[in-house]
Amino acid sequence: MSAITLKVNGNNHTLDLDPGTPLLYALSDDLELRGPKFGCGLGQCGSCMVIVKGQAVRSCITPVEAVKGNEITTLEGLGTVEKPHPIQQAFIEEQAAQCGFCLNAIIMTAKAFLDKNPKATDEQIQAAMSGVLCRCFTHVRMFRAIKRYAQEMAR
Amino acid sequence: MSESVSKAEDNAAMTPKALAALKRSGFSRRDFLKHSGALIVGFSACGLGVERGTVHAQVFQGVSPGAPPPDRLDSWIAIAADGSVTAYTGKEELGQGIVVAQTQLIAEELCVPFDRVKLVYCDTAFTPDQGYTSGSQSHPANFNHSNLSQAGATAREALLRLASDRLGVPVDQLSAKDGAISVKSDSSRKVSYGELIGGKKFNMTLDKNAKRKPPREWTLLGTPVRRSDIPALATGQFEFVHNVRLPGMLHGRVVRPPAVGATLVSVDEGSVQNLPGFVKVVVKKNFVGVVAQKPWQASQAADKLKVNWTPGTGLPSQADFYEHLRNQNPTRDTLLVDSKDVEQQMSHAATVVKATYHHPYQMHGSMGSSCAVADVQGDKATLWSATQGVWYLRSTAAMVLGMKPENLRVIFTRGSGCYGVNGADTVTYDAALLSQAVGKPVRVQLTRKDEMAWENYGNAFVLEERAGLDVQENIIAWDHESWLPTLGSRPGTGTPGNIITGLLVGFQPEPFAARTPAPDPTKYTNNSNGVPSYVAGSVGGTPQGTGAIKSERVLVHNVISPFWTGPLRSPVRLQNTFAHESFIDELAARAKADPVAYRLRHLSHPRLSDAVKSAASAANWDPRPSPKPGIRKTGLSVGRGMACVAYEGDNGYSAMVAEVEVDQDTGKVSVKRMVVSVDCGPISNPDGLRNQTEGGTLQGMSRALMEEMTWDDQKVTSVDWSSYRTLPFGFAFPKIEVVMTNRPEEEATGAGELSITVVAAAIANAIFDATGARIREVPFTPTRVKAALKQIG
Repeated sequence: MSAITLKVNGNNHTLDLDPGTPLLYALSDDLELRGPKFGCGLGQCGSCMVIVKGQAVRSCITPVEAVKGNEITTLEGLGTVEKPHPIQQAFIEEQAAQCGFCLNAIIMTAKAFLDKNPKATDEQIQAAMSGVLCRCFTHVRMFRAIKRYAQEMAR
Repeated sequence: MSESVSKAEDNAAMTPKALAALKRSGFSRRDFLKHSGALIVGFSACGLGVERGTVHAQVFQGVSPGAPPPDRLDSWIAIAADGSVTAYTGKEELGQGIVVAQTQLIAEELCVPFDRVKLVYCDTAFTPDQGYTSGSQSHPANFNHSNLSQAGATAREALLRLASDRLGVPVDQLSAKDGAISVKSDSSRKVSYGELIGGKKFNMTLDKNAKRKPPREWTLLGTPVRRSDIPALATGQFEFVHNVRLPGMLHGRVVRPPAVGATLVSVDEGSVQNLPGFVKVVVKKNFVGVVAQKPWQASQAADKLKVNWTPGTGLPSQADFYEHLRNQNPTRDTLLVDSKDVEQQMSHAATVVKATYHHPYQMHGSMGSSCAVADVQGDKATLWSATQGVWYLRSTAAMVLGMKPENLRVIFTRGSGCYGVNGADTVTYDAALLSQAVGKPVRVQLTRKDEMAWENYGNAFVLEERAGLDVQENIIAWDHESWLPTLGSRPGTGTPGNIITGLLVGFQPEPFAARTPAPDPTKYTNNSNGVPSYVAGSVGGTPQGTGAIKSERVLVHNVISPFWTGPLRSPVRLQNTFAHESFIDELAARAKADPVAYRLRHLSHPRLSDAVKSAASAANWDPRPSPKPGIRKTGLSVGRGMACVAYEGDNGYSAMVAEVEVDQDTGKVSVKRMVVSVDCGPISNPDGLRNQTEGGTLQGMSRALMEEMTWDDQKVTSVDWSSYRTLPFGFAFPKIEVVMTNRPEEEATGAGELSITVVAAAIANAIFDATGARIREVPFTPTRVKAALKQIG
């Protein structure tokens, strides 16, 4: 165990952790954040996605040691119920959820990609989203929400 | 029936920590009661049945002892002093949007604004027992003339009578609006619901004669009211069961056997005792689990724990599995219909056509592996679970814990979409067993492998079809015989051994009751679409099916499955429909008839025929036989296919046109467009129906094209998302067009499983149209499509 400082959603947290602990466990257990979720623990589904240095990162397979000192953004770091981030607002507007468990994967992956590629084509967005899963298959309206966000950014 | 209102019962079934956590969440029971005006009452077991709605419904086992009596209005609705309405329902939110629809229903019937209604669902401390939230039953159960809807109508009429007494004006001169009742001729004379009954009980039974508000007067039902949970879901604020945190809570992990049938030999507790955060190894018969301070520590302890198991009992070869199923003995045989003249008709037929279809085991594959939190202390327990049946879980978890059911409280807390019996119940047993062993609250989340290796899979199936055609190519006889492997299922009220953890601690699954030959049917049942849509469905001389073919026989052989099985979205109905709807297409092709016209020729049910016509019309269906003329044998070829279903015979109607592109060189199938019609009676929330229909369509596509559980001679080998493939978010999904038929004057039927049921056959039929190759085994992988193409040369 050792003291590790994580910078999450703008706040520093010093935690006593085994340096090999996956970041997801620090976020969802020690910090009790609800955005990143355990889906597979294998980096296959994206439920645990966070944004580190502008990149979508799978926190279930990322040791805390690898990201200490970096700014880590989780889904709750984007916006709130009262004041959602534009990409969150787009999902609300499109009613783009069924069970909602995958929303973290979809929103964080799409945001990280579109922020770097605001003029991406549909095919490019699809390619960027090919490593995350939604088992309710809410694809139609989620894709519409992603496009809505992209269009708002382009304005 | 005896009722006793008790104050001492307050918090009776709650441990102190559970209570503390509830208080933190703002859901303290005492406060809740004060606010809502509801009184929780104790009841003796009374055997009353919650009415199931009038359309076909699953067997409901009767109300659990201790559940609020369903014939009492106060079991369903409470009005607080401030006029706010609390409604209690046994049908929960699984992501299908039923909570917003039920809230609309109560607001509509009671004439109050939508946001004045709070819906409380599936908590054994408060809510009626309506069995499982499953099988497309919520809409028929609660939106017709019983249960929640009838409670709403009863309450509105009761309030009108109270207002009539208060205002001295006859009921017919009063109108209800915005939570108040006023005199029609003088709207200044009014009285609010809070003034009439706020904080008090109605003390009356549900009135079967209370009139539901006619659909033409609806202002909320039938409109696309938005879901209130999405802002919290989208911003990471929503509390799933995975996020439940209790003071002093520990974390558990289970260690499952390495092979099917393996039993425990020994556990070396010393192998983990010095690990950081380690608390305890828990062993009960073949159940093994570890408890630690933190989840990562529990995970490491579970991985490092040295456990010796016997070898597994061995599994049949997957390569020959369908043949293995057909040769199983014993079987349990059920005849659904038998006109006794099928062989005679076949012998007169100009042509007899036969085909065999295969469907694999498939997974629920919930996005988040299943999770539960249990707080078992002494003789009390509180369980937070994503179960589909809180009352049933209370009963079977009590058996697993060796406790009295009345000392357990089960609180439904949303999980990842389940699509049927995923790991939610089993992980609740896991958490409960570990909590009982350490005397502290324990949270358990399964690993991906533990979820996938021990699921109650959607059934594999062998389905044989045989039909006789006359010289005009009309179908004169239809014979269907299938082999369906089952083991376990939902635990129901008393069979914890139906799921893995129950078995590991020593309970047995539902016994297999062999029966050969099948007795003659005495009453008609569609039996999960075992009966094809095109036959008359006659038992005792009365046709009750949806088709015109009078000579009919349907025989089902249940056989023992080597793997757990249980309901997976459109259970059995999807597999049967794949076979029936592929076969009618084969017959239409044999008759050189247009597949839509040929279907309509053999259907007798107007709503099912309408569903077929709606989808065909919206898709601009080009009437002609399949396969399409002039197919070239290489490169890309496009085609279209139709499939339809009367879900369970009368619980919703749907048809689909799929348009596909087949790469004949690689066997890859790309679905380009899916047009789907749905008719579930009155549409309660059109956006919710659309969302379910779209999702079901794509989920069905993933199951049809990719999904198949796999195993070797000892164990399941599809244990993660690289060994069990599903369509990812980023695939180029087809254009989906949903045609919704609203029938406000009909009974409400199921909705959420309509579209998924018809997908596989619609795609298979489109592949045939495009290529002339018939694919009779799900999933339609490139290898299988190539093999089918090779067969036709």
